[in-house]
Amino acid sequence: MDDKDNIALSVRDLKTFFYTNNRCNKAVNGVSFDVEKGKTLCIVGESGCGKSVTAATIMQLLPTLSRIEEGEIKFRKDNKIINIEKLEKNGKEMREIRGSDIAMIFQDPMTALNPVYTVGFQISENLKYHTNLNKKQIREKCISLLSDMGIPLPEKRVDEYPHSYSGGMRQRAMIAMAMACNPKILIADEPTTALDVTIQAQIFELMEKLKKENDTAIILITHDMGVVAELADNVAVMYMGNIVEAGTADDVLRRPTHPYTKALLESVPVLGRGKNQDINPIKGSTPDPYNRPVGCQFAPRCNWQTESCDIMPEITQINDTHQIRCHKYEQFFEKYNEKRNS
Amino acid sequence: MKKEILKLRNVKVHFPVQAGVFNRVVGHVMAVDGVDLDIYRGEVLGLAGESGCGKTTLGKAILRLVEPTDGEVTFVSKEDEETELTSLEKKDMDPFRKKLQIVFQDPHSSLNPSFTIFGSLQDPLKKFGVKSKEERRKIIGDLLEAVNMRREYMDRYPHEFSGGQRQRIGIVRALCLEPELIVCDEAVSALDVSIQAQVLQLLMQLKKDKNLTYLFITHDLSVTEYLCDRIAVMYLGRIVELCDSEDLYNNTLHPYSEALISAIPVADLDKKTERIVLEGDVPSPVNPPTGCPFHPRCPKAKDICKTEVPKLKKYSTSGKDHYASCHLIDLPERS
Repeated sequence: MDDKDNIALSVRDLKTFFYTNNRCNKAVNGVSFDVEKGKTLCIVGESGCGKSVTAATIMQLLPTLSRIEEGEIKFRKDNKIINIEKLEKNGKEMREIRGSDIAMIFQDPMTALNPVYTVGFQISENLKYHTNLNKKQIREKCISLLSDMGIPLPEKRVDEYPHSYSGGMRQRAMIAMAMACNPKILIADEPTTALDVTIQAQIFELMEKLKKENDTAIILITHDMGVVAELADNVAVMYMGNIVEAGTADDVLRRPTHPYTKALLESVPVLGRGKNQDINPIKGSTPDPYNRPVGCQFAPRCNWQTESCDIMPEITQINDTHQIRCHKYEQFFEKYNEKRNS
Repeated sequence: MKKEILKLRNVKVHFPVQAGVFNRVVGHVMAVDGVDLDIYRGEVLGLAGESGCGKTTLGKAILRLVEPTDGEVTFVSKEDEETELTSLEKKDMDPFRKKLQIVFQDPHSSLNPSFTIFGSLQDPLKKFGVKSKEERRKIIGDLLEAVNMRREYMDRYPHEFSGGQRQRIGIVRALCLEPELIVCDEAVSALDVSIQAQVLQLLMQLKKDKNLTYLFITHDLSVTEYLCDRIAVMYLGRIVELCDSEDLYNNTLHPYSEALISAIPVADLDKKTERIVLEGDVPSPVNPPTGCPFHPRCPKAKDICKTEVPKLKKYSTSGKDHYASCHLIDLPERS
């Protein structure tokens, strides 16, 4: 890890493989990124590209049939650097970090909350293990957390069960749970996919506020480029277990250089562009993870495929922030330079 | 001259809420609460709104998959014959079932896993008089090719297909009786973005080739804008705005549509607009608020909104009809 103080988490060459039926699925195959304090990193990709597995690996929440094969996850805690991948999965140290220093919001609040415990109980569990507060203080903290999240009548709501919460409120309760111990890193795995757009806007507002007030680093996992444009400071685009393009939101959205990023941006209709906008579907579908293409994973679906794509391209740094995994990036990037010069 | 294919008048669907030991009816969910809507031949009408606003129920009520509690659904045939569907006997409904079809939301649960594709798809053909098996196989095979799938796929089982392929099979099932109107109920919502675009383009191509009319139900306004000619926005069982798709973005009249549009994340850094964040959730349709159903969340609500239910009135923007139901619109009403 660079000795920069502002980096909260640094992942280097992470590989997580799944072993089922004597086959190996290289779900995450060499992923590197840094998360800065007070910034949002968006990981974008289609289903099955390994974005959720990356999150689960950082939290050490992988299922038994999988393991971290290689790589480093370095987490900075009070100027000490902890190698998460070396910690025992359910050991004392990992449990200390999980939930208090690194917290996670799950995709589906309906299944992530336990229906037989009150919401207040589920939030206070976190506080009970990670802080020295007494019972009364814990309850007060729970109520203040819920009211911070904009839940009406928190004194009453704290004793209610998840079924009497609406979808948006459940997701807010999940965020309250994650924020209970003021984590340094918040991992949000598709936090708004199951919600309506008006509720989604409320949740985004809340996350922006938390980021500003607590200087939390956020890793946001999503498949929606719109969400990226709205919230991201940095973006990493994943495809079949690799990061194919990474950079600031400006780099990736204004000068998308990898064919996959371009294709993703072109395949969704954008609001306000009317009926005559061009949308170009990506041909074919994502390959079977047990039967991957050799070399560049996107090559079979790419319009610019050449023979050189049979070898996996290396990561190339285009400028300080923008990096890409493609053999032919120069060709695409020159276009932007030409445009700028003309 | 635009001709109607379907006319809805004051359609209501109320579901009883039962409680207690004797299952007494204690209230009603007003899922659809008085909808007037004309669908014209050859158009794509978008029906947008949040979850729970009644858009799917309305789609199903048109096909009588859910019986409407009240109101009229009139089908106008090519020869201008009008038939009121809700009063028909189940048996007399059959010829109209052929003309009205539906594509369901979730391609994973809408195909029976224990039948091959041909097994699932041949039933409607059998019912409507395609006697010989060869002919049925030919029809289904041709349609599979029309949606860019291989003819041989009809002998496979649903689990062998990906989500996008299954959705295309769902479309084939809707198409095999040569319908005139297809209700697409969130047909692309469950698909990945790259696949979504493939299915959208396919739907547009089929519309051109087969002269279809779509009622496109979705919560995604960016898809509706791209696909639809007109858009109806629903809130709590009522239509709050109905207009040309471009007008909905350029001349929004209803504050709910405005908030809905502003809340959609746009993948364009240059087009960032101020989000209008609505407070609270959609109220329960069992106990809708008095007056305008939107007033508890409306940032512009005045006193009149709390007491009086606004009617869907006709206005004109950029020379076209534009319906909206709000007390606070400052435009001359048209007759």
